Amino acid sequence: MSAPTVSKSSPAPVRAPHQLPVRRASLARAVQRNLSAHGFLIGAVLCFSFFSWYPMVREFLLAFQKNKDGRTTWAGWSNLSYVFNDPAFWQAWRNTLLFTGLALVLGFAVPFLVAVLLNEFRHGQGYLRMLVYLPVMLPPVASVLLFKYFYDPGYGLFNRIIGIFGIPDQQWLQSTSTAMISVVVAATWMNMGGATLIYLAALQGIPGELYEAAELDGAGLWHKIWHVTIPQTRLILSLMFLMQIIATMQVFTEPFLLTNGAGPEGSTMTVVYLIYQYAFNFNNYGGAAALGLVLLVLLAGFSAVYVRLGRTQED
Amino acid sequence: MRPRTLISPAQLGRRRGKVVYWCVFALVMVLFTLVFLGPMYWMVSGGLKTTQEFVKSPPTLVPTSVHPGNYGDAWRVMDLAKLLGNTLYYAFGALAFQLVLDVAAAYSLSKLRPLFGNVILGMMLATLMIPATVLVVPQYLTVLDVPIFERNLLNSPWVIWLPSVTNAFNIFLLKRFFDSIPQELLDAASIDGASALRTLRSVVLPISRPILGVVSIFAVVGVWKDFLWPMLTLPDPGKQTLNVGIYSLASGVPENWLIAALTIASLPTLILFLLFQRNIMSGLTAGGLKG
Repeated sequence: MSAPTVSKSSPAPVRAPHQLPVRRASLARAVQRNLSAHGFLIGAVLCFSFFSWYPMVREFLLAFQKNKDGRTTWAGWSNLSYVFNDPAFWQAWRNTLLFTGLALVLGFAVPFLVAVLLNEFRHGQGYLRMLVYLPVMLPPVASVLLFKYFYDPGYGLFNRIIGIFGIPDQQWLQSTSTAMISVVVAATWMNMGGATLIYLAALQGIPGELYEAAELDGAGLWHKIWHVTIPQTRLILSLMFLMQIIATMQVFTEPFLLTNGAGPEGSTMTVVYLIYQYAFNFNNYGGAAALGLVLLVLLAGFSAVYVRLGRTQED
Repeated sequence: MRPRTLISPAQLGRRRGKVVYWCVFALVMVLFTLVFLGPMYWMVSGGLKTTQEFVKSPPTLVPTSVHPGNYGDAWRVMDLAKLLGNTLYYAFGALAFQLVLDVAAAYSLSKLRPLFGNVILGMMLATLMIPATVLVVPQYLTVLDVPIFERNLLNSPWVIWLPSVTNAFNIFLLKRFFDSIPQELLDAASIDGASALRTLRSVVLPISRPILGVVSIFAVVGVWKDFLWPMLTLPDPGKQTLNVGIYSLASGVPENWLIAALTIASLPTLILFLLFQRNIMSGLTAGGLKG
């Protein structure tokens, strides 16, 4: 806002010959100011153009193109119909939805409960907070290989632990019935730290009087959680719910590393793994882009509906 | 005095309340230490065991014989020095690019307010809405042959550095912080004849240290943790990151060496975390609360 100072400092009604240079000067200044402002922006804008915005446009183009012998041709809807007719497509979606569902039960509920619990403690909160966030800092290959060893049916820790409770040994990652839940447990351990800390910060913003008022009305522990804690953190909870769904629908690294991609009989093959396979194993970029587009449209649609619903509830 | 929470102080003050509180507290302390620190202890101690002891069932809690040499063997055989050096190079290069370009962009958008600034900001923030994995394929095809420049960036550090700048979340954090700096401060500098660059350097940056710390940690940790992108774009084993290198070597080395390698790979970010814990926590909540 430094440019208008010129016109401000000049006397209000100026004679015609005088007016021109002033206006020109302010225009020149505005141009110069914008030039320097855009100069600061240019590096980031170029990076976004090449590595973000252009790929976005290209994703749409790719989905409707075919690439054969180095020549690109228009493919219409054929990529999409190809993808829809692939039996792996439906299996990948079933797996991804299963992962998302399980990850919501564990990855959404557990961090919130942990945050509520930690918020009650008058001691050791710093230590506990640090512990929960520790796995987030590990390189994923370390956490994943750790869990691979823990899940090992032969010498793994988990079979020893459940053995204490008299549960027979499990195959964990090698069995179609337990592979996905094993992946979700590992993923929750790896990623719950961030959500927990965000919930903790939200909980600390709840005014204590609300709990006092609830107690006067004779509310017990569950009533207080249900009628004070949850409504007071609803905004952040609903935002995190949305982000969790968007993040878990894109899961790739955990199942890829834990079960070498698809897992036993494809039971941990996710949509993003299928995209990866199309692109980098089958060299079918069109199919990969079409699949990506389906994921994009679905997630965008879901977010739009979710936000709309949240808004009408608010009113 | 801490604000009161779910459980009333009166309830806690009673004998029964105290007993329950301390029991729950002790249980959580033990459980959390086991669940979150336990695997790390298992990793460090596993690296000290012999191969036979490592795969023994039931596993031993304390190594019966200690072999610190495993760490040296892992270091040599997996060429961890190379992998570690590569990762550091990528991470700090990405940090430098983000600090220069993202800070400049956020400063411009927040304080210089260029024409179409809001459109550009909107377009940057829109990238947060697009599922990142959807863009992996077109991004990969782009770095194979960057338009206009006609360069293949595969196996070069640029393939990590340049895309790391497109971090809309960091730009958003920086811009929000810059927005909170009073305009009068900048006007004063401008009246003194300071250029925009000079103002950024001697007025804005010194006050912005906390947010710069947060953004820096996120930038370094982001590169350290990434897996899919470096796996695709750095196929040359001599150029790989720790994550990708260890993953591709994992099946060829004895388990105890592999575990030792994982410990070494985890150390840098863990140390970073222990040093900058406070900044990381404040950054997380700063980004999350009003996001």
